[in-house]
Amino acid sequence: MRGSLSRIAQKFAELKSEGRAAFIPFVMGGDPNFAASLDLISRLPAAGADLIEIGVAFTDPMADGPAIQAAGLRALDAGQTLAKTLALVAEFRKRDQTTPIILMGYYNPFHAFGVERFLARAVDAGVDGLIVVDLPPEEDEELCLPARRAGIDFIRLATPTTNEKRLPAVLKNTSGFIYYVSVAGVTGGKVGAGGAVKVAVATLKTASSLPVAVGFGVRTAENARQTAQFADAVIVGSALVDRLAANLPATLEETPGEADSAVNAVLSLAGELSSAVRLARRAPDA
Amino acid sequence: MTAKLNSHRTGPDAEGRFGIFGGRFVAETLTPLVLDLAEEYERAKKDPKFRDELEYYLKHYVGRPSPLYFAERLTGHVRESAGPGKGAKIYFKRDELNHTGAHKINNCMGQILLARRMGKTRIIAETGAGQHGVATATVCARFGLPCVVYMGATDVERQKPNVFRMKLLGAEVVPVTSGRATLKDAMNEALRDWVANVADTYYLIGTAAGPHPYPMLVRDFQSVIGREARAQMLEAEGRLPDVVAACIGGGSNAIGLFHPFLDDDGVEIIGVEAAGKGLDTPQHAASLSGGRPGVLHGNRTYLLQNDDGQILEGHSISAGLDYPGVGPEHAWLRDIGRVAYQSATDEEALEMFALCSRLEGIIPALEPAHALARAVEKAAALSREKILLVNLCGRGDKDIFSVMPYFGGAT
Repeated sequence: MRGSLSRIAQKFAELKSEGRAAFIPFVMGGDPNFAASLDLISRLPAAGADLIEIGVAFTDPMADGPAIQAAGLRALDAGQTLAKTLALVAEFRKRDQTTPIILMGYYNPFHAFGVERFLARAVDAGVDGLIVVDLPPEEDEELCLPARRAGIDFIRLATPTTNEKRLPAVLKNTSGFIYYVSVAGVTGGKVGAGGAVKVAVATLKTASSLPVAVGFGVRTAENARQTAQFADAVIVGSALVDRLAANLPATLEETPGEADSAVNAVLSLAGELSSAVRLARRAPDA
Repeated sequence: MTAKLNSHRTGPDAEGRFGIFGGRFVAETLTPLVLDLAEEYERAKKDPKFRDELEYYLKHYVGRPSPLYFAERLTGHVRESAGPGKGAKIYFKRDELNHTGAHKINNCMGQILLARRMGKTRIIAETGAGQHGVATATVCARFGLPCVVYMGATDVERQKPNVFRMKLLGAEVVPVTSGRATLKDAMNEALRDWVANVADTYYLIGTAAGPHPYPMLVRDFQSVIGREARAQMLEAEGRLPDVVAACIGGGSNAIGLFHPFLDDDGVEIIGVEAAGKGLDTPQHAASLSGGRPGVLHGNRTYLLQNDDGQILEGHSISAGLDYPGVGPEHAWLRDIGRVAYQSATDEEALEMFALCSRLEGIIPALEPAHALARAVEKAAALSREKILLVNLCGRGDKDIFSVMPYFGGAT
C-alpha cells in the first residue's frame, strides 16, 4: 500500500536527513535472462542501491551507446518482454517494499501494451517511476499525464541543450526527480565537464524543488564521488552493464548458476560506486 | 490551387500531427533542434530568395522539370491482353532522369539549402540502398560540406557501387553493425551521431518520416513531382489523370506525387508497398497493409512490430523499400481512405523490371517496378479513355547486379 508520500519522495527525504546523495544503478531487465536479472536486482539494495532503474528492452534504443544496446538485445534474445519486466518488479517487491523502482525505456513497448493497461499492471507490480526517453513535454498527453494520475512519477530528462526558454516546459509535469543528462550524447559516452555539470545542476535546483540526479557518462567510483558532492543522486548504467557482459560465459545455455560470476561482478562494482557516493560529502574536498 | 473546405492538403497541425499520426517523439537533447528546424523552415518558405535559389538548382543542377512520358508500348502490351475496349493510357513521370538517378535529390537540394541558412557545417544522413546517401553526398560535394552517411553493414556489402559513389563524392560511409545492421539501425546511428554533435550538425533525413517537421518538409520538397506532373498532364491531355500510382517505402516519392492531387476528387490514388515474399509470410515490408500503429524514429505511424512493440525487420528485394515504418501522412491517408494502399511481391517487381526494360527501353529501379505491377493491372481493368500516371522515381542501374541472379545471368 502507498502512503501519502511516494516511495521516491520518501527515499529522497531520508537521504536528505542523512546528508548524502543517492546511488542509482541501472540494469537492463532480463539481461542476460529473467532468472539472473531477478537475482541481480534483488541483491542490489544490499550492495548499496538506494533506488533502482530497470531498462525496458527495445530493439531500437536510439539514445543508448553500444553497452546498453547490447544489453537490450541479450534480454530480447532471452525472451524478455515488457510483461516479463513487470513480473520482475512484482517478484522484487515481494522481497523489498522500500527501494523505489524506476522503469526506463522507449515509448513503443508501452504503446503496444496499451497505456491504461500498462499503468494498472505497473501500480500492482510496485513500479514507482517511469523514464521514457522519446516522450518530451510536447507529448505529455501520451503517458506522462496518465502516469501521474495513476500515482506513478514521470521523471524527465534535462540535457545540455535544454535552454532557459525550454526549461519551464521540461519541469512542468516532472515528478520524483529530475534526471540531468551530463553530456549531449548517448549513454556510456564521455563524462560531462565537471564544472559545467555542477552549474547545470545548480540551475535546475533553483528552478525546481525536486531532487536532481546526474547520469550519462558517470563510470568510475571517482566520477561518482565527484558528482555526489553536488548532485542529489548519481546514476550509473553502462559501466555496470559492461561489467556484466565482460563476465558472462561466451554462450548462455540457461543452466543454473551460469551467470553467477557476472552477477557477483556487477554487485561488487555497485558496492564500490555506492561507497564512493556515501563518502563523497565527507571527503576532504567536499 | 486554393484550399477547399474539406481539404486533405492542410496537414500537419502545429504539433506536427496528421490526425493521430506524426508528432515529435524524440529525446530531450534533440527536441530543441527539431523545434529550431521547424521555425527556420517556416521563415525559409516565406523567403523569395530561398525559393529562387531552390528553383535555380532544381533546374540547372538536378535537371527539372522531368518529362511526362506516354508509355505507348507498355500501354499497347496491356491492351493486347485486356478485354475489349480496355487498357488505360499509361504515363510515366520520369523522375529517374534526375541527376543521381532518382527523386531523392529533390529533397536533398531543399534540405542542404536549409542547412546552409542555419549555418550548419556538417551533414549526416542514413541510407538503405544508397540512393539517398548518394544524393546527400552529391549536394554536400556541390556546397563543400563534410558528409557522413550511416549505412547498415549488410547494405554496404550488397550495394558496393553506391558505396563507391559516395566515397568518390567525398563522403565518409560508416557501416552500422549495431542492432540488426539494417536501414532502421542506420537511422538509429544517425540519431546517435546527431545527439552527440548538436551544435554544428544537420541531419538530412531521406524520407517523409521522422519527427516533425521532417515529414512535412520532405513532402514539400518532393511535391515538385506532383506539381509538375499535374501541369504537364493538363497540357498533354487537357485534363487530370484518372489514377496516379507510386511505390512506398518510407513514402517520399509517393507523397511528393500524391500531395498536389489530394483534393482532386476525381483522381484515384494508389500507393504500392513491398509485399516481399507475400503478405501472408513474415518476409514483407508492407507496414500499412501488415503493420499496426506505433512510435519509432520520432513519429507515430504504422510499423512492423511484434506484440511486445519490438520492431521487426522488413524484407523486400528492393533495399529502398525494406523500412519497417512509413511516413505519418501516409498512415493518415490510409485511415481516412483517401489513398488505396496495395502491395506487390518481389516476383511481380522483377517481372515489371524486365518488361519495362524491353518494351520502353527504360530500366526502372526495383522500387517503381512495384508500382508498375499494380499500375499495369489497374490499366487493364479500365477503359481505353482513362489515363493512369505512374511515378518512375528511380532508374535501375543500381539494381542490375542484385537482379542478375534471378535472370540466370542474362535475360
